[in-house]
Amino acid sequence: TGLRRLASTPDSCPRVCVVGGGPAGFYTAQHLLKIHPAVQVDIYERLPIPFGLVRFGVAPDHPEVKNVINTFTQTGQHERCSFHGNVSVGKDVSVEELQKAYHAVVLSYGADGNRSLGIPGENLPGVYSAKDFVGWYNGLPCNKDLQPDLSSETAVVLGQGNVALDVARILLSPLDILKKTDITVQSLEALAASKVRRVLIVGRRGPLQVACTIKEVREMVSLPGTRPDMRAEEFKGIAESLKDVPRPRKRLTELMLKAVQGSPAGSGTASRLWGFRFLRSPVEVLPTPDLTRAAGIRLGINRLEGSGEGAWAVATGETEDIECGVVVNSIGYKSLPIDPAVPFDPRKAIIPNTMGRVEQAAGLYCSGWVKRGPTGVIGTTMNDSFATAQSLIQDMGTGVLDISTVKPGSQAITPLLQKRGVNPVSFSDWEKIDSEETRRGKAAGKPREKLLEVEEMLKTAHSRGPETQCTQSRD
Amino acid sequence: SCYTRTLRSEDKVTIHFINRDGLKMTVKATPGDSLLDVVIDQNLDLDGFGACEGTLACSTCHLIFEEEVFKTLGPITDEEMDMLDLSYKPTDTSRLGCQICVHKSQEGMTVHVPESVADLRQPDVGTTSSSS
Ligand SMILES: Cc1cc2nc3c(=O)[nH]c(=O)nc-3n(C[C@H](O)[C@H](O)[C@H](O)COP(=O)(O)OP(=O)(O)OC[C@H]3O[C@@H](n4cnc5c(N)ncnc54)[C@H](O)[C@@H]3O)c2cc1C
Ligand code: FES
Repeated sequence: TGLRRLASTPDSCPRVCVVGGGPAGFYTAQHLLKIHPAVQVDIYERLPIPFGLVRFGVAPDHPEVKNVINTFTQTGQHERCSFHGNVSVGKDVSVEELQKAYHAVVLSYGADGNRSLGIPGENLPGVYSAKDFVGWYNGLPCNKDLQPDLSSETAVVLGQGNVALDVARILLSPLDILKKTDITVQSLEALAASKVRRVLIVGRRGPLQVACTIKEVREMVSLPGTRPDMRAEEFKGIAESLKDVPRPRKRLTELMLKAVQGSPAGSGTASRLWGFRFLRSPVEVLPTPDLTRAAGIRLGINRLEGSGEGAWAVATGETEDIECGVVVNSIGYKSLPIDPAVPFDPRKAIIPNTMGRVEQAAGLYCSGWVKRGPTGVIGTTMNDSFATAQSLIQDMGTGVLDISTVKPGSQAITPLLQKRGVNPVSFSDWEKIDSEETRRGKAAGKPREKLLEVEEMLKTAHSRGPETQCTQSRD
Repeated sequence: SCYTRTLRSEDKVTIHFINRDGLKMTVKATPGDSLLDVVIDQNLDLDGFGACEGTLACSTCHLIFEEEVFKTLGPITDEEMDMLDLSYKPTDTSRLGCQICVHKSQEGMTVHVPESVADLRQPDVGTTSSSS
């Protein structure tokens, strides 16, 4: 760990703060630190825990995807970077206050909202947003008490993206697989008692327009103890139309066609079923006779107009009802405005920007889902975050971003937070939570057992236990 | 998988990497190592390369090979192809570096690190500030 000599004295170095400690925040920080030899980067994160959706979104049975945490940890431990968890920007501290303390502010706070269905019955018990459902099995503090009702045979997932397939897979996975992951004990118990044995994944367009990627479909196809339940008629003419389709789409469709062939429900011995339902839009969640909870869903039947990726769904007026006690709305995450000082495009639900430079707002930048919308894999977020870092450093060079004045950085923010009763969590504080979680996990044969209460996280983070030796605080 | 083939050969293999800026970096690699191992061990400056650490869960180790070398690389699994399909503009001679092992027959080969995203190669934006 060679200490690099700072190009300027610490007092006059450029100070940047990043809002949000998910992949976008960490990748932006990483690249800023790499391409500028003196910049100081502070990451402010609402939760006491870093890594955003890598911890609270990525499915527990995808531990490989979480390897990115190793690189984020290097950034978190970097001598010119500090992490300030448990700080909610827009609430505990305003963007304006951050702008006063830093030369630049990068907004990387992700997409915390959920697109609503806008249909009758949407709020009945038994209907969950994918965001909450995922948050529940991944131990997001605000979702820990969701207790989804899994007492019916069929679950319907609305939407056909990767998140929808994650939900379907978790609902149908053998417990033997799940119990070796970092899924929470509570969800594991609920899934063990689950009666759900069929998951239907519903989309408004056809097989050639599904939004999920082939990796996720292949995982369904090879999920032990399950078999596909598809409708051959929904694939009529699809095989013939594959000739001019790009390779990724072609391979994905061929894999689905293979699943259709192995499909006719009734064949095979596996007791759990999964399947796509195409050309269907939710019209109404149907309640039980006593109106207390969801009992089914009415789907409008569509036909396609146009072709290929750009085809759109047109309602035919016909409907179909499916009996189901669980409905998971997975039609998409969406970003929300964070602070009146930050421009926001409510239609696209992103911060309006050009290459990461927030429009009409000098000194403000953005990266990740709040910059681009909630799509793409972590690699996509990585690239767009690198690009934002590049824009920012470029602006320092050209003078578009004024770094001639001395800025106090966290020296001005920390006292403000203290006055407001906020107790931030540093990266080494997080490492105490991390080791407590791994310790508990080890006892249960899992990679970690997540703490579920913010209170407990803070207590562990600020404990002066044996693990506190050599935690040097920066700033 | 690469490790099983590791023969402690004394003969290192010369490999040229060309990064996104067209810069050439030449290294001596150990047969049996994966190209991801080579990038990490030699500390090659390739932004974001190998994000999932060789577990076929990203496609940040995408490399483009010369046609002659490509033919010798052996079969590609469905899982590698799945991830490759997710990369930005895969070519006919693309593979994922974490799945390719260094072999003596690759002596002198050149691999290209492709563009990973369209707008990373941004044009030099003018200095007009939109500050108001
Ligand atoms: C369910 C799910 C599964 C996924 N699985 C995969 C996968 O298997 N592989 C893959 O490559 N990609 C996957 N992704 C995509 C990946 O998670 C995203 O590309 C990536 O997380 C986006 O990064 P981000 O930093 O923009 O947002 P986030 O990860 O959401 O990070 C934003 C951070 O900002 C914080 N924040 C929010 N508001 C504030 C505030 N006011 N003040 C301070 N901090 C705040 C949040 O707490 C969070 O930590 C998945 C996504 C989801 C939703
Ligand atoms: S390093 Fe992720 S797929 Fe090769």
